[in-house]
Amino acid sequence: MDIPILSILIFLPVVGALALLPVDRERPGIIKWTALSVATIELFASIPLWFHFDKTTASMQFVEKASWIPAWNIEYHLGIDGISILFILLSALVTILCILVSWNAIEKKRKEFFISLLLIEGAMIGVFCSLDLFLFYIFWEAMLIPMFLIIGVWGGPKRIYAAVKFFLYTLVGSLLMLVGIIILYQTGGHTFDILALSMQEFPFRLQMLLFWAFFAAFAVKVPMWPVHTWLPDAHTEAPAAGSVILAAILIKMGAYGFLRFSLPICPDASVAMMVPMIVLSIIAIVYGGIICLGQTDLKRLIAYSSVSHMGFVTLGIFSLNTQGMEGGILQMINHGIVTGALFLAVGMVYERTHTRRIEDYGGLASHMPIFAAFFMVFTLAAVGLPGTNGFVGEFLILLGSFVARSWAGVIAATGVIIGAAYMLWLYQRIFFNPANSKIIGLPDLDDREIVTLLPMLILILVVGIFPTLLLDYLHVSVAHLLAHVTGNTAGTGSNVGYLAEIAGGMKQILPHIHH
Amino acid sequence: MNMPLYLPLIPFLPLASFVFTILFGNRLGEKRAHFVPIATVLASLALSIVALGDVLNGTRINADLYTWIQSGSFTVSVGFLLDQLTVVMLIVVTSISSLVHIYSVGYMHGDPGYPRFFAYLSLFTFSMLMLVTGNNFLQLYFGWEAVGLSSYLLIGFWYEKVSAANAGKKAFIVNRFGDFGFGLGVILIFLLFGTLHYDPVFAQASAMTGRTFDIFGMSFDLPTLVALLLFCGAVGKSAQIPLHVWLPDAMEGPTPVSALIHAATMVTAGVFLVARCNPIFALSETALNVVTVTGAVTCLFAATIALVQVDIKRVVAYSTVSQLAYMFIGCGVGAYSAGIFHLYTHAYFKALLFLGCGSVIHAMSNEQDVRSMGGLRKYLPITYITMLLASLSISGVPGFAGFFSKDEILAMAYASHVGAGKFAWAVGTLVAFMTAFYSFRLFFLTFHGKFRGTEAQKRHLHESPYVMTIPLMFLAFGAVASGWVGIPAILGGGAHWTHFLEPVLGHPAVHLDHKTEWILMATSVAAGGLGILLAIVMYLLNPSIPVKIGAAFPAAYRWLFNKYYVDELYDATIIKPTIGLAKSVLMKITDGAIIEGIVNGIPRLVGSFSGVLRRIQDGNVQHYLAAMAGSVVLILFWFLKG
Repeated sequence: MDIPILSILIFLPVVGALALLPVDRERPGIIKWTALSVATIELFASIPLWFHFDKTTASMQFVEKASWIPAWNIEYHLGIDGISILFILLSALVTILCILVSWNAIEKKRKEFFISLLLIEGAMIGVFCSLDLFLFYIFWEAMLIPMFLIIGVWGGPKRIYAAVKFFLYTLVGSLLMLVGIIILYQTGGHTFDILALSMQEFPFRLQMLLFWAFFAAFAVKVPMWPVHTWLPDAHTEAPAAGSVILAAILIKMGAYGFLRFSLPICPDASVAMMVPMIVLSIIAIVYGGIICLGQTDLKRLIAYSSVSHMGFVTLGIFSLNTQGMEGGILQMINHGIVTGALFLAVGMVYERTHTRRIEDYGGLASHMPIFAAFFMVFTLAAVGLPGTNGFVGEFLILLGSFVARSWAGVIAATGVIIGAAYMLWLYQRIFFNPANSKIIGLPDLDDREIVTLLPMLILILVVGIFPTLLLDYLHVSVAHLLAHVTGNTAGTGSNVGYLAEIAGGMKQILPHIHH
Repeated sequence: MNMPLYLPLIPFLPLASFVFTILFGNRLGEKRAHFVPIATVLASLALSIVALGDVLNGTRINADLYTWIQSGSFTVSVGFLLDQLTVVMLIVVTSISSLVHIYSVGYMHGDPGYPRFFAYLSLFTFSMLMLVTGNNFLQLYFGWEAVGLSSYLLIGFWYEKVSAANAGKKAFIVNRFGDFGFGLGVILIFLLFGTLHYDPVFAQASAMTGRTFDIFGMSFDLPTLVALLLFCGAVGKSAQIPLHVWLPDAMEGPTPVSALIHAATMVTAGVFLVARCNPIFALSETALNVVTVTGAVTCLFAATIALVQVDIKRVVAYSTVSQLAYMFIGCGVGAYSAGIFHLYTHAYFKALLFLGCGSVIHAMSNEQDVRSMGGLRKYLPITYITMLLASLSISGVPGFAGFFSKDEILAMAYASHVGAGKFAWAVGTLVAFMTAFYSFRLFFLTFHGKFRGTEAQKRHLHESPYVMTIPLMFLAFGAVASGWVGIPAILGGGAHWTHFLEPVLGHPAVHLDHKTEWILMATSVAAGGLGILLAIVMYLLNPSIPVKIGAAFPAAYRWLFNKYYVDELYDATIIKPTIGLAKSVLMKITDGAIIEGIVNGIPRLVGSFSGVLRRIQDGNVQHYLAAMAGSVVLILFWFLKG
């Protein structure tokens, strides 16, 4: 391909954001329609990726490479494989929906808001395309600032606290990753090329060091237990579009980081840390699920459910087998669709009621039946009902984790019970029961809102019924990655009892924490 | 293998109807919304009859439609299996569903949710048909969860009622407990056999014999483990102890739903599952004993509760739990065809009992308490006659459908090699007595004696319209005659039922001499007869007796009336502690105090977090960034110097 399609996808939103700068802020129509047009063109521009992608090779495709800062061997190096392509497409779609859901909801500083959204889109896609560590880091940090602003400027009453917490958490993680990147540069032959670095075999001790340096950044982003407490605050205070971007794309970057860096660059350390990672994941699944049962705030509940669902994702990835990993990646997409949709929906109802307290709702199904139907489908996908996308991912993850460590699969499967409990209870308290006086007379969804939710509903069903549409993109890339990670070791099975194994894994962690 | 077009159409026609009706039903309005659902379910019934013809001619179809999920070595298709067991289920599901659809036109008349109701009925019919026609475990699981969804939606159909919304949620969540085991069983099956498709799994099932599976430091016999994990799902779906608690509450749904989903079809999915997996269950004596004992205990447990309930639908609901337990006894003692036989006859007489109750409730202006009924036979003659036939059938009166199937189960239990067989026979016979008693107690309280309701209710009393009573008549025919396809040899029949299902379900290797068979039959008939007789004495001849008994044993009465307090037990031991854990421990202590304490505490130790916050709010981010950058340099230095 001669057209630099990835660069176009990264910089088109940035150009759109720049184009908004001179627009008169008293003309919201122009601002909104410009942003929407840019995002729509972006989505159409990304569609050729879907059709021209070669699903039979694990090598990077649509590659662009140019020297950037030769003194430090920094390159402008882009390319995608079967894992990253799906996230680029999802980012392009989600941005449009975020613009639509903010159409009337954002009333102050509209121009800056839409500029921030477009900048985030460019940075997100940059993260998924980068094959140079330095470039990756720049995009990674570039996302942070507009997101910080979106929460801090357009958020709810406790927005400053939430924004700072988000910023500090991620910054500390990012800085440790920066340390890792610099060490990697020093020891890996003075290159930032991710592919070249993945080919090298680093000593085990260094791999461990790097694994934990990267872990700091990625675990916070996922977020894994116990570094998850920024997420409920950030989600709760962020405006709808902010929550959607966070849920659908931003927190996926942590898991993506594991796939793109931790596993390829530190394969032996990843295998050695498999059990501790699995343990953290199943804690997240159960802990994040049970804590949902105590929530009184609508957005906070969905935020905690993300902790639980992302636990499934990391569980799948660190099962280090095909079903687990493909399930994990699929579940990243699924969670983006489903939780993104839930936050879009919550944004719509919040715009009407201006309350997030669950007890302020009840009986909404009679007053907003179309909305109730959408929310029902999203709820069912969140609880992993077969026929929705959520089931396919969860099932493959449970299968993969059961193969890896059967006890992990069994404990994780309890998350399926807990998930049904908190989601259906939430649905009942909002849509069923006698109508709350505060919701009587609310108008049902208008056409714009239906258009916003419909793509998510269609994706939920299409992926649930024909998951091979997405899974087919993953096979070769995942097989390649797994061969690289587990190829050097004699398999990942274990004959040790599970308790001894957890204890062994923990012993391995401790010296490295002190290090 | 070629698949005839009609096979996928059987489930997909109702699916199309669901999509159409949920989207456009409201625009069609009450006069027309039911056309498409009824037409499609009747078409599915017709195609099921075609399928029956094919199977009788020796056809067996196992064909895939498309690859559903593929990941590494894991592949599973959407595909269909048509054999003797499938076709029995097809006929049961489509025939009852058709009658319930038609009945609902009258019953749901005037309800604002009328189109939605028919859409959900179509959704349920589709789901149930997918469940029974699938050719692999994952499609079974799909149907399993989809019927659960339909059940959830229909139990909570009148969702503004808190009790209805609660009941729907409870049904879904309790079933998830069973599905937890079921799902793990499915995963384990894939690990062992490398596929989830029935044919290869069942062909290799015996390879599990003698192998064990180690988990949580324990070692399990593999066939027993797989069978019991699958049975977990069955216990949930078919409302057996300890997961029976959702079914009585499910009576919050409209009565046609109770008849279709919570009596005739969905709740029998557990029995279908065990029967379908008979090659796995047959490998484990332990598993079969567990199934048998679960059946026997549930059978007695539910029947005792049914003795004292006063809500007309609750009595029938507990009777359903008890009758499902009979089916599990049949499967547990290895007489799968007897279990399926009872599934089939029960579908007709129990659907009839429920729809009859619906007719009564309709006439009584939504009153469900039998203490307010009485003497209704004058006002509802068709309902009265059909309910009488259903009650005779469930009581096992010779010649009626329920007699043949229940007798078959009890005889097989008695003759079985399975350890718990004799125990199950004894319990089953006792429960046959109780069943007859509570069924006729309900019947007499409703239709005989004097009317005990209000004047307003009395003025309103009327027989239901034909659209409701004609389905009752069809079902009454089934309640009487459906058993005639399985008349045992000693009564001059050909035991056609068992022979028909033998290719799928096998034939239990037991032998009963004619004398024993006659004695067993006489015993169960006597038990049923005694039950009816006692009901006549207590509720027809001398109605003061029950009151005296209740007064003489107040504690026993209270325990039975409150269903042995199982709901209260679960509430105190599972629900409250879990929510308490969430609120008091996870939110307050671990997240609130510990993690947040550390997160906020570290910066506070290093500098002053609040000071940093204030500076950031002032816009002096660079101070903080400078501090961070400085520390990074220090860390870097520390790393690199070594």
